[in-house]
Amino acid sequence: MDLAASELQTLRDKMLSFARLQLSDDALAEDVVQEALAGALKNADAFARAASLQTWVFAILKNKIADALRNRYRQPELESFDDECKECGSGDDQFNNKGHWQSHSSPQRWDAPERQIHDQHFWRVFDTCLEGLPAEQARVFMMREFIELSSDEICESLALSTSNLHVLLYRARLKLRQCLEGNWFNGGTSA
Amino acid sequence: MNCEQATRLMSEAQERPLNLKEKTELKFHTVMCSGCRRFGEQMTVLRQLTKASRPNDNSDQ
Repeated sequence: MDLAASELQTLRDKMLSFARLQLSDDALAEDVVQEALAGALKNADAFARAASLQTWVFAILKNKIADALRNRYRQPELESFDDECKECGSGDDQFNNKGHWQSHSSPQRWDAPERQIHDQHFWRVFDTCLEGLPAEQARVFMMREFIELSSDEICESLALSTSNLHVLLYRARLKLRQCLEGNWFNGGTSA
Repeated sequence: MNCEQATRLMSEAQERPLNLKEKTELKFHTVMCSGCRRFGEQMTVLRQLTKASRPNDNSDQ
């Protein structure tokens, strides 16, 4: 594996910030990142066939984080998310008071969304949109859609009720959809 | 059913199977409402895109 020390450091930092966000436990985050890196290096042959080092180690990291989150069920001292569900009650400004789309927020057609995955500019917009979400929304969204935990697993791991999880995911999807449309799919270079 | 309720159900459908009543009401709504129809399609797209994403991939560019 041909990899400069500085590259490895950068990669490690990215992994760490992601793992910290998902686990909110610095020590545990260090552990899973270390394990994921060790796993990646041990299987360097498999990496040689993978598209890029980052894709490869993040795939491993994702599994390690999922394992760590599942292991938490036995340690129920986690603070409850429910108390701080600030977003739960609030209506969304994408709808009018009758619950219909505001004219400017009604979803538009997205051209060839499957092609965007090869465009690094798209991913920059995607990350910016994700970072624009309230932290608890971004976190449950990534647990559900990136790490691919089930709703039950997320609810148990965060001591969150199913209905609150649904609301958080709904709000995250609404905002993310709107942000991607405004800044990417709808020609948007304007924001 | 209005658009807010319809989109909420379409989001929940990503987590749990909808019951017959929910499916029927949703169908009635989306037949009439192109915005919600697109929203439904984009839920699937959003899931696929997120699966393919690499978090914080832009910090060194």
